[in-house]
Amino acid sequence: MTVYFLHAFIYLASAVIAVPIAKRLGLGSVLGYLIAGVAIGPIIGLVGEETTTIQHFAEFGVVMMLFLVGLELEPKMLWAMRNRLMGLGGLQVCGTAGAVMAIAMYFDQPWTIALAIGLIFALSSTAIVLQTFNEKGLSKTEGGQNAFSVLLFQDIAVIPMLAFIPLLALPELVEKAQIAVASAGEHHEELSLVAGLPGWMYALVIIVSVSGLVVGGHYLSRPLLRFVASSGLREIFTATALMLVVGIAALMSLVGLSPALGTFLAGVVLANSEFRHELESNIDPFKGLLLGLFFITVGAGINFEILFGEFGLIIGLTIGVMALKALVLYLLAVIFRIKNSNRWLFTLSLAQAGEFGFVLLSFTVQNHVIPSDIAQTLSLVVALSMFLTPGLFILFDRVILPRFEHDSNDKEADVIDEQGTVIIAGIGRFGQIVNRLLVANNINTVVLDHQSDQVDMVRRINTKAFFGDASRPDLLHTAGIANAAMIVIALDGVETSVELTKYIKHTYPHVKVLARAFDRGHGYLLRQAGADIIELETYHSALELGSHAMRELDYHPFVVEQQKAAYKRVENKKSDMLYQAWADDSEGERFDNNYRKLFMHLEAHIKLALKAERGDGHEAGERGWTPPPKGYADEFKKS
Amino acid sequence: MANNKVLILYAHPSPHRSEVNQCLFDTATSLAGVTAIDLYYEYPASHINIDVEQQRLIEHDVVIFLFPLYWYSTPAILKEWQDLVLEYGFAYGHEGNALEGKTFLCALSAGGREEAYQAKGYNHYTIRELLHPLEQMATLTGMRYLAPFCLFGARTAKDERRLDTHISQWSQLLADLVDDNLDVEAACQAKVLNVYLSERHQGELE
Repeated sequence: MTVYFLHAFIYLASAVIAVPIAKRLGLGSVLGYLIAGVAIGPIIGLVGEETTTIQHFAEFGVVMMLFLVGLELEPKMLWAMRNRLMGLGGLQVCGTAGAVMAIAMYFDQPWTIALAIGLIFALSSTAIVLQTFNEKGLSKTEGGQNAFSVLLFQDIAVIPMLAFIPLLALPELVEKAQIAVASAGEHHEELSLVAGLPGWMYALVIIVSVSGLVVGGHYLSRPLLRFVASSGLREIFTATALMLVVGIAALMSLVGLSPALGTFLAGVVLANSEFRHELESNIDPFKGLLLGLFFITVGAGINFEILFGEFGLIIGLTIGVMALKALVLYLLAVIFRIKNSNRWLFTLSLAQAGEFGFVLLSFTVQNHVIPSDIAQTLSLVVALSMFLTPGLFILFDRVILPRFEHDSNDKEADVIDEQGTVIIAGIGRFGQIVNRLLVANNINTVVLDHQSDQVDMVRRINTKAFFGDASRPDLLHTAGIANAAMIVIALDGVETSVELTKYIKHTYPHVKVLARAFDRGHGYLLRQAGADIIELETYHSALELGSHAMRELDYHPFVVEQQKAAYKRVENKKSDMLYQAWADDSEGERFDNNYRKLFMHLEAHIKLALKAERGDGHEAGERGWTPPPKGYADEFKKS
Repeated sequence: MANNKVLILYAHPSPHRSEVNQCLFDTATSLAGVTAIDLYYEYPASHINIDVEQQRLIEHDVVIFLFPLYWYSTPAILKEWQDLVLEYGFAYGHEGNALEGKTFLCALSAGGREEAYQAKGYNHYTIRELLHPLEQMATLTGMRYLAPFCLFGARTAKDERRLDTHISQWSQLLADLVDDNLDVEAACQAKVLNVYLSERHQGELE
């Protein structure tokens, strides 16, 4: 037990020290984790053999990341991406694999090994690239989107690769292995449902499990999540979210599919669900930690002995591979007309080998495709190229982007297709009206409510709403508060709405807060908390009903309208004074005498404004359209 | 050089469809000495704040109505503005002399061609004649009335590339108003201000 604690502490401490420093130096968190790994692994030697085990565990972070990526991608969007996915992604994988294979064969490798190496280097690092995109806000750029399509294709392509690689097995390696296995007696077998099944049965099992995943995800997950949500226990919801992801990963492994692909699919299926943001905010911290751990193990796994033994070769290979990948990407970018800085972003961001490279490498060794000495060298090349990637991003940020920004100053600005969204917290009777008005005007809204039956109800009338407690910072974050234009707070509960206002104005000062107040006191609390716009929920409807009353009493509707406007004018002017009085009052008793006096004063003032006779015999409320006094025309001289 | 303050009261009930007036308004907002007010923006429910508007008038020397011609007159909010702001005792009548000595003009766009706005055209009257109520408003309140600055055939002006000339003339006009650089007599007498402006431009070139 003590050893586990120690290891956990070493990993965490290294990350806690290295990552913030790297971030401050503008290197990005990924490089920070990698450096932390190098420091505790090869340099200080605090951790050793267990890194490989931990790495397998940490790879689960990649699985979670793809689940989250899937959640962000509605099926509609995925379908819209199909051309880029197949075209860009397919050409990238085939092109890179082919080029690497040709070069390997030139250096006298048999074609089977050469092809395996080609496939390994065709893959890029989803983990590093997506993490960096998110951090630097590049996900929505054209280059970022295209890079994402390629990464997605690669992740999907891993599955046929895993099926294909055993066919490349070298006879002599297999023989050697069989002798070794025979001498070692029984060998450990992976848990699998499909081992030893004939081909058609295997295909059937895969089809059944994938369609089961899609159908189950669509129909069963919602009742389950609703049931759990209604319990109101947060940790149980977290447990459910984890259970879903782990369960899908387990199912996929059992039938020999990639867990990453399985969870990605599940994510896409749930992307339309009202629980999307809640799931995201629950999985996100686990993903972050596991990915960090994964990067640390990559750093820690760098074998300095081999690295320095064959320093020139490994560095040469790494730079060669990255240059080759970049070349292929650059050509694709030209063919697919990705322009300007986006072309360079696309080229540089994907020029490394990826974590699936490690997976494929160990798989090829297991299947006797690549001899283990070559595999060790290659695995260093993969790790080094990942290590160098943050450097490429820095190159892009500091050198390439400024050049294009400078150039494009004269041109028209990019069309921003993402309008700032409006987050609506609370979709009760108040929030619903706000949302309907905005949506009718094609304004993007993200609706959050913590009552799953309420969410369910408004979903049935075609309102896109998500389950989740909007007063929780992590959920707001996944709902996109950082990039939102404003938030409408229509939550039940005075305390909650005031606290939320305070939190948002403190953490995201650029986000406007529009709040609903139950009464005057609530309104003052909100104003004190920094809300930008506050509406009393009863004010307008009461005024409206009052004006109906006047109309029923045979006042001319137009006069009633004027009186209403005058009322509002006075109220607006006076409510500032009232607020000041309220704010100056002692902490404990909010509505003390001074305030009451002012309130009475306000009442009197409104009465005065509405009823007081002007010197010319007209009421103040109808100052407009006051006719001039009788006989006024006599004053004009003819000119 | 005298520095006049120019107040533009802009009225366009559907600015997102505007091809002419919104451009003129946007151009004006960046000019020194010019205050440009979008009335429909300030008073979306037409509840015009009389005190604020009267104060604005007092603080400026030149008042311009900027609008598309609607049924031979201004959009409704400009009429509402006149009805409410130009009160007895403020703009006219007993001690109502707040506007005396100021300058007033209309800057407008009209859908018909200039030929239509003639005795023999289908609109039968010239623009200057159609705007007589505004001219008389200026006269009664003691303001000097300049000829209207008008873009005819406004619906096709953008397509026919006539807009750029109009906008540059507009900027020049505003600059001249600020600097008090106009031949007031000529500007009062002209049929439309555009003619006066281009003739003067010709004169400067020769």
